[in-house]
Amino acid sequence: MPEQLMQQIVNGLLIGFMYALIAIGLTLIWGVMNIVNFAHGDFLMVGMFTSFWLYTLYGIDPLFSIPICTLLLFVMGLLIYRFIVSKVMSGPMLAQLVVTFGLSIFISNLAVYFWTPDFRLIAKPLLSGTWDIGGVLLSIPKTVASIGSIVTSLFVFLFLKKTKTGKAILATEMDREAALLMGINTERINSLSFGIGAALVGIAGGFLSTYYYIYPQVGGLFGLIAFSIVALGGFGSIEGAFIAGILVGLVQTLGGFFFDPAYKYAIVFMIYLITVWIRPQGLLGW
Amino acid sequence: MQNVMTKQFSYIGIALILAIIFPLVITNTAVQHVVILFFMFAMMAVAWNIMGGYAGMFSFGQAAFFGIGAYTSSFLLISYQVNPWIGMIAGGLVAAFVAAAIGYPCSDLRGHYFAIATIAFGEIVRILFNNWKLIGAAEGLSLPMLDGGFKDFMFHSSKLPYYYIILAFLIIALIVCYLISTSKMGYYFRAIKESHDVAKVLGINVVWYRLIAIMISAFLTAMAGSFYAQYVLYIDPESVMLLAISVQLVLISMLGGAGSIMGPVVGALILVPLSEFTRIWLGHKGTGVDMLIYGFLITLISMYLPKGVWGFFTNMGKRAK
Repeated sequence: MPEQLMQQIVNGLLIGFMYALIAIGLTLIWGVMNIVNFAHGDFLMVGMFTSFWLYTLYGIDPLFSIPICTLLLFVMGLLIYRFIVSKVMSGPMLAQLVVTFGLSIFISNLAVYFWTPDFRLIAKPLLSGTWDIGGVLLSIPKTVASIGSIVTSLFVFLFLKKTKTGKAILATEMDREAALLMGINTERINSLSFGIGAALVGIAGGFLSTYYYIYPQVGGLFGLIAFSIVALGGFGSIEGAFIAGILVGLVQTLGGFFFDPAYKYAIVFMIYLITVWIRPQGLLGW
Repeated sequence: MQNVMTKQFSYIGIALILAIIFPLVITNTAVQHVVILFFMFAMMAVAWNIMGGYAGMFSFGQAAFFGIGAYTSSFLLISYQVNPWIGMIAGGLVAAFVAAAIGYPCSDLRGHYFAIATIAFGEIVRILFNNWKLIGAAEGLSLPMLDGGFKDFMFHSSKLPYYYIILAFLIIALIVCYLISTSKMGYYFRAIKESHDVAKVLGINVVWYRLIAIMISAFLTAMAGSFYAQYVLYIDPESVMLLAISVQLVLISMLGGAGSIMGPVVGALILVPLSEFTRIWLGHKGTGVDMLIYGFLITLISMYLPKGVWGFFTNMGKRAK
């Protein structure tokens, strides 16, 4: 029993780190622009497929193609902001809500059109197998992905706090008008944040593709879970998203362990409802 | 003013007569089916519009109410032989009760926080129904064959009765919406939509009026759910509780024009046939082309027609004068 429980906690942590990385990208976009990106999970899917095709067609292992995924998603994010999202920024809120929904349906079905709805798996990634630590099994690809998530999150955190551009992003997040008055080009900050948010799921997609099924609709669930994490962590808070990601990973696996695995995602969505009800600003929001 | 009113009433009269004689002229059942779906989605979009367009609560979880309506009447019919008409009222009441229960804690949420809360709610309900053994879990429910006839809310030989029933439902929903929009309550709804805080300061009981909007909307949506169950005679969580249904309702309302009485009907008139026919023409190979076009259209509409077709034409009309 304690060994099984340990195993569940380890599993929860490993999925939690991945959630954290996905949610950080979402919370950045949300915090800076006050826009909800419903296509966030589909960006993740694009990252996973990029990694898959680079492996299948050119034999590049996911571990090495991550920079390519990141760059590609960054550019994709910039373009989508420039040509689509920026057009609705001043429009009615309903249009802002629906535009990324349309984008989500479009991107995932573009993948269906090109690559069919089939499930795929990267056959022999460099990373595979498990470590056995005192009876608790530690999946190697998941562990490496978790380390990748920690390093990336730390990097984003330092970028925001230490660099001039990072500080400009945070300033825009706090008060758009004031930032504009201080001479910050908020339009540029918006597109940069959207690009970085997308690039982060590019990294997440690269890591996730080493051990998870790759299919066009894979982003839907991850995207919805990320909303709960962002709410719990506090909208726009990078640190909050990181901690909340891990918490949600743990709650999901432990909830499945103690109750019924069929309800694990229902428990995650409950977290969103309970958070916005009791503490709308989230754990670390203000 | 008098002139405008008579003009409007004559338009409505013409539309109504056309709707009534349509299935007598066009007897193709595939076309009739699409029109039935159009009425059904229009009815639900009108219901969405009461809470979304007037009171400003953008719900992306209406599929839960649709499903609750479908399930309540079906379950009562299968297990207790309750007449579907009574089951439909029961479904509406259950949905309104659930709506109040979820709406109360969410009564201070605005904008996309509310929208995501409704998505979370819809997904939770779908997961629960997918695992709830009493109501068939993922296998769903098959409705028993009754004798048929108006009393049983079941017709075997023709689609016509379903057609007229759902048309009547749509008209009821429109009348409800009209009465609300011209009443004091309608002005309160709009005030709340404009600004929660200002409405509060003006002494409007925001929580109470938001709850009323949600409950009316849920009741009407659940009625459509019961209708759907009686129409197709088989329901499961994957067909009546999908997020895609909720999104379609939002889209219909937005495309037609949220916050106007006829907007959702116009939106449904464009979108339902479009999505049905693209599905029939392009969706059969599972290539995703139909959904591809659908997603593309949603994006375009939000970018270029964010206030909807109805708003676009009424603006044009005003400018022409």
